[in-house]
Amino acid sequence: MTSRPADMDYAPLLVWRRTKSAMFLVICAVMGCLGLVALAALIATIIRDGASHLSLDFLTNFPSMFPEASGVKSALHGSIWLVVITIVFSVPIGIGAAVYLEEFAPDNRLTRLIHLNISNLAGVPSIVFGLLGLTIFVRWSRFDRSIFSGGLTLCLLVLPVIIIASQEALLAVPKSFRLAAYALGATRWQTVRYHVLPVALPGMMTGIILALSRAIGEAAPLIIVGAIAYITFVPDGLKSQFTALPIQIYFWSNQPDPEFQNLAASASIVLLGVLIPLNAIAVLIRGLRQRKRAW
Amino acid sequence: MKNCGSETVEANLGRSRSLFGIREIVFETRCSAIVSTLFFCSGLASAADVAGTVKIDGSSTVAPISMAAAELFQAKNKAVKVTVGISGTGGGFKKFLDAQAELRTDISDASRPIEATELKKAEEHGVKFMELPLAWDGICVVVHPSNSFCNHLTVEELKRIWSPDSKINNWKDIRGGFPDLPLKLYGPGTDSGTFDYFTQAIVGKEKSSRADYTPSENDNVLVQGVAGDRGSLGYFGYAYYEANKSKLKAIAIDSGDGKPVTPSVASIRDGSYKPLSRPLFLYVNAASWKRPEVKAFVEFVFADPKSIVEHKRVNYVSLPDAVYDLARQRLKEEKTGSAMAKAPAGLRDLAAIFSAP
Repeated sequence: MTSRPADMDYAPLLVWRRTKSAMFLVICAVMGCLGLVALAALIATIIRDGASHLSLDFLTNFPSMFPEASGVKSALHGSIWLVVITIVFSVPIGIGAAVYLEEFAPDNRLTRLIHLNISNLAGVPSIVFGLLGLTIFVRWSRFDRSIFSGGLTLCLLVLPVIIIASQEALLAVPKSFRLAAYALGATRWQTVRYHVLPVALPGMMTGIILALSRAIGEAAPLIIVGAIAYITFVPDGLKSQFTALPIQIYFWSNQPDPEFQNLAASASIVLLGVLIPLNAIAVLIRGLRQRKRAW
Repeated sequence: MKNCGSETVEANLGRSRSLFGIREIVFETRCSAIVSTLFFCSGLASAADVAGTVKIDGSSTVAPISMAAAELFQAKNKAVKVTVGISGTGGGFKKFLDAQAELRTDISDASRPIEATELKKAEEHGVKFMELPLAWDGICVVVHPSNSFCNHLTVEELKRIWSPDSKINNWKDIRGGFPDLPLKLYGPGTDSGTFDYFTQAIVGKEKSSRADYTPSENDNVLVQGVAGDRGSLGYFGYAYYEANKSKLKAIAIDSGDGKPVTPSVASIRDGSYKPLSRPLFLYVNAASWKRPEVKAFVEFVFADPKSIVEHKRVNYVSLPDAVYDLARQRLKEEKTGSAMAKAPAGLRDLAAIFSAP
């Protein structure tokens, strides 16, 4: 430390410190805006290229070699089927695993190992889950290259994210809630069912919805499992062959004819049209929870 | 049109419930209308009432032809579902020759003939197939449109550029007289049949290529790359050059006889654009061929292959009628096995290859 004489003029130093502070603010603001600018540019380009093709027909037509007659019907239906299958399997398993790990499991080596594995799984590239799905569902379980295999693969992909989000929601419930319930003679089940879960549920929902929006946007694992580029029927059962919006977008963007590249932009708008409401619901639930919180 | 678009987005957002409801009703009625038309048509039109699914997968280069065929076929046979995947030629053969019979595709799109390793796998898994030549395709070597000094390249020069041990990173090292301009290379990824064919034809050994180029499985990325870089050189299928002629310049190829040939429909068809024009194939599983829907589809394709291959939305180069006759002959005799694998290396005459006993 250098000591300064008592009669030194501190004013210039102060000015410099304030300038630094202001500069920091500006840098942070610029960084914050950069993300927004990138997003705005992206949305602007796909709307510029894709808006002219958007119509009801685009949603109800099957893909075709004629761009003007092409649509995303099979892809849109496929994506909806996939999300429903993913929800049905990943939500109960995800919440169940989180409740067990947070509320019931003893804190020992095995549980810590499971924790560590789940965190690692959340960072595994999605294409690896595709390979896993191919082996487990397509080959071993003999579900074929069906929409069911695709949905289960996406379920594997989002499970770690759902478990971690649910665990964090459970951790956020104050310990005093549980202690109060126990003090009144509630069993562990009653405590979890009536006091912990209701409070944690909105947080879990946020995590689940964000995980599902990730599942909707995935193409790589579905291609591995066997999603198809050209298909002119909607799924009629779990054994059906399938395609999904990201696959359709990828395929169209790969066509030599620029008209199809515009269709890819239109399909991206449809995908955003599904994603944005999902994310909005997540934000809404989070907002509601914070307003309702009484502690 | 634009209004309608924004409304649809709003309906998707689900902001206005009543609007969404109305849309759903409209959607339902449309669906039922379509369904009833379907029934009506199938009652009238189809002479042979075939139904079922035909699974196709393989080369993305061949996909436009099989998709057009699927669309034209399904317009007449409403009860048949034809699906087309784009796993690449190699990926397509993996599914075509899967160890589990129920996972196999019925037809494989291929932008190169089946390879020895794949033939071995077919034998191991007991897969019998018919090999059918479908169309010609050319691989174009392209540069930036402002490149005025390079109008043709010899196979020898291309080989020096693309060899695995190549150190050429500047145009001036390719040929004396070329300017001092950094060379930027673009090409398809290693899963692509185009990559396989180019390396075989230019470097002399399949999959043998320098690795320090910009690869992409998406040919449009390659188009953008070459079109945006003054010192660029790249290669991809003819259809992508055709669709982007204004942004690219195709290089004439001199196969060694001192007569450079520019890629065009005519030069690809008559075989003068060599060695980078290649045949495209369909491989049909012989067991699937017994199923009426697969048989109906393949017979539809080869009844008039020219009309599909040269369809204005497909725009590929068709084969001579004699070769299509040989393909039909093969189907009639249900002759399995690969004629290409038996042909002597370098033989380009498909009529000779497919008429060999």
